[in-house]
Amino acid sequence: MTYIAKPNIELPFRETNKLGLSKRDYEGVLSTLCAGCGHDSITAAIVRAFWELSIPPERVAKLSGIGCSSKTPAYFISGAHGFNSVHGRMPSVATGALAGNRDLVCIGVSGDGDSLSIGFGQFGHAVRRNINMLYIIENNGVYGLTKGQFSAAADKGSKSKKGAVNQWKNIDSVSTAISLGGSFVARSFSGDREQLVTLIKAGVTHPGCAVIDVVSPCVTFNNHVGSTKSYIYTREHYRPASQADFVPPADEIKATYAEGENTVVELHDGSKLVLKKADNGYDPTNRSKVLRYLEQHRARGEVVTGLLFINEDLPDMHAIYGTTPVPLKDVGFDQLNPGAEALADLQRRMW
Amino acid sequence: MNRVNDFILKIATVNGTGSASANGLLLKALFRMGIPVTGKNLFPSNIQGLPTWYEIRTSTQGYMSRSGRVDVMVAMNVQTYGKDLLEVSTGGYFIYDSTWPRERELHRDDVTVFGVPLAKLCNESFSDARVRILMKNIAYAGVLSALLDIDPDVMRGLLEETFATKSKLVESNIKAFNLGYDYAIGQFSCPLPVRAETIGDNKDKILIDGNAAAALGCVYAGATVGAWYPITPSTSLMDSFKHYCKMFRMDIENGGKNYCIVQAEDELAAAGIVLGANWVGARGFTPTSGPGISLMSEFIGFGYYAEIPSVFIDVQRVGPSTGMPTRTQQCDIMLCAYASHGDTRHPLLLPANPSECFEMTVRAFDLAERLQTPVFVLSDLDIGMNDWMIPKLEWDDAYRPDRGKVLRAEDLEEIEKFYRFEDIDGDGITARTYPGEHPKGAYFVRGSGHNRYGAYTEDSDEYKEVVDRLLVKWETAKSVVPRPLLKTAAKKTDIGIIAYGSSDNAVLEALDQLARNGIHADYMRVRAFPFGDEVKAFIESHVTVFVVEQNRDAQMRSLLILETNTDAAKLVPVLHYSGMPIPSTCVVEGLCKHLRVEAVA
Repeated sequence: MTYIAKPNIELPFRETNKLGLSKRDYEGVLSTLCAGCGHDSITAAIVRAFWELSIPPERVAKLSGIGCSSKTPAYFISGAHGFNSVHGRMPSVATGALAGNRDLVCIGVSGDGDSLSIGFGQFGHAVRRNINMLYIIENNGVYGLTKGQFSAAADKGSKSKKGAVNQWKNIDSVSTAISLGGSFVARSFSGDREQLVTLIKAGVTHPGCAVIDVVSPCVTFNNHVGSTKSYIYTREHYRPASQADFVPPADEIKATYAEGENTVVELHDGSKLVLKKADNGYDPTNRSKVLRYLEQHRARGEVVTGLLFINEDLPDMHAIYGTTPVPLKDVGFDQLNPGAEALADLQRRMW
Repeated sequence: MNRVNDFILKIATVNGTGSASANGLLLKALFRMGIPVTGKNLFPSNIQGLPTWYEIRTSTQGYMSRSGRVDVMVAMNVQTYGKDLLEVSTGGYFIYDSTWPRERELHRDDVTVFGVPLAKLCNESFSDARVRILMKNIAYAGVLSALLDIDPDVMRGLLEETFATKSKLVESNIKAFNLGYDYAIGQFSCPLPVRAETIGDNKDKILIDGNAAAALGCVYAGATVGAWYPITPSTSLMDSFKHYCKMFRMDIENGGKNYCIVQAEDELAAAGIVLGANWVGARGFTPTSGPGISLMSEFIGFGYYAEIPSVFIDVQRVGPSTGMPTRTQQCDIMLCAYASHGDTRHPLLLPANPSECFEMTVRAFDLAERLQTPVFVLSDLDIGMNDWMIPKLEWDDAYRPDRGKVLRAEDLEEIEKFYRFEDIDGDGITARTYPGEHPKGAYFVRGSGHNRYGAYTEDSDEYKEVVDRLLVKWETAKSVVPRPLLKTAAKKTDIGIIAYGSSDNAVLEALDQLARNGIHADYMRVRAFPFGDEVKAFIESHVTVFVVEQNRDAQMRSLLILETNTDAAKLVPVLHYSGMPIPSTCVVEGLCKHLRVEAVA
């Protein structure tokens, strides 16, 4: 993870959020990814979303695995606590971090290799446990750092830069997460900043595992004709199933939406997500319909985006376990240690 | 042959037939009669239908290891009759179910064979098929009570205690017990010369297995996050942790759990969860066994390089590969000492009994946080899964956990800037922070090359500065891990013995036997890695040092050679790796064999 420190230039007219922090305070070191990499756009969207939500940087735990995507936590929120773990294992570290401190705002950044090949198991179990985190998969269908091998997310028939045709059926993170009982599953495109920022805000606010798969073209190894993860292909086959507006808790829903055309999803902190039904009758709360819809459009080679599935009522890991609301790391030792007398009592039963 | 309170009773059964409760009953009754006693379960990796043995040893001397003798064999498994009969020591006794008589086959001139029609007795008294099988076990306990003079009132009392909430079961169990007891009293001249005699009550002692003791250690150390993947023989550790947490860790005010146990998808995830929890400042641990350590190794190396405290409890079993999951060995020494790729070294704590499982587990959390590194507790199946008689565990309420160098919010307020890997006081240990507490405390944990400030680097000097500091930390570790224990021989000697963990009892018994034959040896029990200076000094001050351990490749010997830079020739391996707990005879024979050869030469 090479890095270059950003020049510290004070910009005039700096706008601040509720914490008095500028957007600059949510940035990290300078990206060393290739110019035009989709991942940098996602980083920018994360910066904006967290800034707009006024989340205190030190409360954020940003984690990743290995790969181009996993370098990016260094590029946002330098005041956050970072954890660049081992390949495919970010979810387990996030699980442990949240087990120990449930108050952390946890964001994991992964890639298609990191989550769908080496880390497929951990990805699935993070979704299944519904740990309270935002889980972003920066999906470019290719291994960049090792120079262009197909990943498990590459579509069958997609061409590599060197001309090889992928023979394997792809693993789709979105339908996988929905099938596993995920509580929040979305897909976006690094080139659609507005949609992405909204989804990130909703995902952070969602009290469970919010998976956002973001198609993020690799300009160096997977942006050619014949690739199904290029900018051109994605733009041409882009199909928003729903468009969402994120409305913070204190704000009123001001925009006017045509009746019957929208679904309002209330998030646990009182904020609202207004889903404009771009596609007639799309219902992101009906799992089997969503899966059918995704399959139909996948067959047509379309990239369906938006908030694709949500169930706000699914309990997260701590709710299921019945853990104390106090972060475990802050529970006092006197409450954790039963003491000498209890040990003596206990041992009467061992005689 | 008169063996009062000094005998080995072995019970051969078929696994899955419920013999564990009868065997536990016998063990506990002998324990409550004040006799030093130990029980070893020698069981198969199977749920039902294969041969299994339970070995109980009483010893007036308090010897706890296996001895290689069998004075009384209870043969309840037709499959192993022949083998079981052969195993009985001369002058011993063999008891079998004579519902189907086998007088001609089961014969040895030097062994007394008792036939008891256990199945017949139980079939006549109980109607349910499963109950008949279960009660046969209690019936043989009754037979043994009569033959070995194991106080029947204590036995009946224990049955009443066990089934206190199920009065029907008390009735049927006592009935079965009496069937066996009365039959033996009527048919044989009871008691045998091999017998028990009440000499106290062992009120100052307990019976506990090492896994339960280690679990208590986790509770008392204040561990809150337990992550694991089920694996024999460590499973009962997490079961016990859960049990004790339910007892002690339910929040009185909010009813929530002051703990979080995650059954992970595999050991890789378990290790990741442990690192994640410790990173944020919660004490997290994982119990596992050798195959689990293999899978966790990538994260263990990460923990070493990123300096994240973590506790790995390895209840060792027989390797390599799947090996023999229900058999014991000390075969993960090298694996754990250097787990993961690259230059890595990890502190190991080596408990020899459940008392030390408790103490050292608490210590492991303190050391992990003080040294900011993965720390291993290397127990094994023999310690972990067998019931051991130990002095009551003690706890000092003045204890406070050693959280190591941590800068909390108030500390960070005071300083200009925080750098994660800056060694201020020269002990190789640098201050860390907990995520979520203070903006100044933010840093980036990474397994990739980093410099003293915590930033990514590919600069050679910056890289070396950090890994060289880790060596300074390793030196610090030497001074804080548990010291070895030394038992000096009655006479001055140039023979030394080094052993560790569950080999301890075999060595202690062997020392007495050897001394009776004029062979004196000083004994050092190594209790941790890295080795302190006294280990090297011990080796240097003896001409020959026998290294007793339970693996094929003399792993501790190798580690001693590597890490103390000692003369390999003077370290003589004494090895036992059959998967059964090491008997004292192995140590005696190992020493004698070598000393004889030396004498001839």
